[in-house]
Amino acid sequence: MYDPTVARLTYRALLGRRRALILGALPLLLIVIAVAVRALSGADDQTAVNVLGGFALATMVPIIGVIAGTGAIGPEIDDGSVVYLLSKPLKRPVIVFTKLIVAIAVTMVFSAVPTLVAGLILNGNGQRIAVAYTVAALVASIAYAALFLLLGTVSRHAVVFGLVYALVWEALFGSLVSGARTLSVQQWSLAVAHRVAGGDLVTSDVGLPTATVLLVLVTVLATWYAGRKLRGLTLAGEE
Amino acid sequence: MAVEQPPAGEQTRIHNIGYRSYDGPRLGRAYARRSLYSQSLRGAWGLGRSAKSKVLPMLLLVVMCVPAAIMVAVTVATKAKDLPVDYTRYAIIMQAVISLYIASQAPQAVSRDLRFKTVPLYFSRPIETADYVRAKYAALSSALFILTAAPLLVLYIGALLAKLDFADQTKGFAEGLVSVALLSLLFAGIGLVIAAVTPRRGFGIAAVIAVLVISYGAVSTLQAIADAQGTTGAIPWIGLFSPITLIDGVQSAFLGATSAAPGGIAPGTAAGIVHVLVVVGLVAAAYGLLLRRYRKVGL
Repeated sequence: MYDPTVARLTYRALLGRRRALILGALPLLLIVIAVAVRALSGADDQTAVNVLGGFALATMVPIIGVIAGTGAIGPEIDDGSVVYLLSKPLKRPVIVFTKLIVAIAVTMVFSAVPTLVAGLILNGNGQRIAVAYTVAALVASIAYAALFLLLGTVSRHAVVFGLVYALVWEALFGSLVSGARTLSVQQWSLAVAHRVAGGDLVTSDVGLPTATVLLVLVTVLATWYAGRKLRGLTLAGEE
Repeated sequence: MAVEQPPAGEQTRIHNIGYRSYDGPRLGRAYARRSLYSQSLRGAWGLGRSAKSKVLPMLLLVVMCVPAAIMVAVTVATKAKDLPVDYTRYAIIMQAVISLYIASQAPQAVSRDLRFKTVPLYFSRPIETADYVRAKYAALSSALFILTAAPLLVLYIGALLAKLDFADQTKGFAEGLVSVALLSLLFAGIGLVIAAVTPRRGFGIAAVIAVLVISYGAVSTLQAIADAQGTTGAIPWIGLFSPITLIDGVQSAFLGATSAAPGGIAPGTAAGIVHVLVVVGLVAAAYGLLLRRYRKVGL
């Protein structure tokens, strides 16, 4: 199910210099903010929750997910070079699965690791907040990567749709309509974080069983459908 | 067997087949620049492009205007004394939509020219680097101004229909227009500079949105913490580091707006002047960077 050559090519495409630049800048900013906040205000659990929940999990993880998820397959479909990959004797689901693994790994490295570091800087893992948000970032990475990889195979405007989901749906509608929060990767991952942290600092609108079922369902369905989509891919010309 | 050589000299002849050079009027540099401007402006709204590329800009315009229409309807129905939202506050509330628009249209305006290597073709016309940059910058700013001013116009017309105070509403509308004009220039500059670096459209979109959203996310997080800590004097200065809070600072210092920052802390005159200077500096820097970028592109 995993092809090292495809994986190597995808890593190269994802971590090309400019992409790596933007992927590296976001975690760096998070850590700079964490250091600044700690220096200005000292260790405080509520502040740590604000920074990790409001900035790391709500903004940084989805954007890195969009860049890594759509970037794993989007540009290749866009410039047509995906035909060379598809003409190799590899099953399409294998290609999708390999690219998914790479996208998940990249998202995890660039979002969960800095979240952990920032959490440790902010309050030294008091009340297990740093670990809780790291777990949430890890879980969210998997779902986001699968979701945005699917978008990359479905649409040529995958980045826009991914961002619309991450910014408009999760942030804007999520804060206005509480029902929208049930269908949000962020809330599902927060449910997991809630379980890890134990306290009342990290809260979610979704129960843990629902969240787990939905997370697994979305990931599996998205991957399966992306594989299907790739089997009958038509290469559209430039609009 | 040797091929028979045709005898040279006798049969070579230059025919005059009647080519004539063009001696009509030449429309010149200003005309080319104007055309590039209007084409880019139409392109930013998907006009003259495929139906699929009209969907997103038009959808965003609708999303931008519908809340304004609802507010107007509520004001008229309840006979309220004032609009529920200030003219200057509207763009701040809808910033996600504005960011999405600039992120999707800035790469559309410049990245495709780079990717298909059509930039040298533009410069084979009588326009120069500065003309290309000015036309693109002006077109994108105008497109953004249309997007941000349209809902204000809806609010203004609605306010007049609801028979709110004319002088008060006109003043608010004018202040709102100045603020969104500044916002359009600033956002278009930032979007174009980032998009002009990459020939890949998808990556351009992600980069523009990352800069706008991440800077706002970081700044508002820090402002909220400063507010909770009681160090309210720092809030306006933190606002210098993201485009939307920068505009918010300018308009709350000089355009009679109430600040959207936590605690509603508006910058004083000194901080306000710094905000204006930073906006002007950023716009000038964007223009300068674009000029530098296109000085030797594709040649």
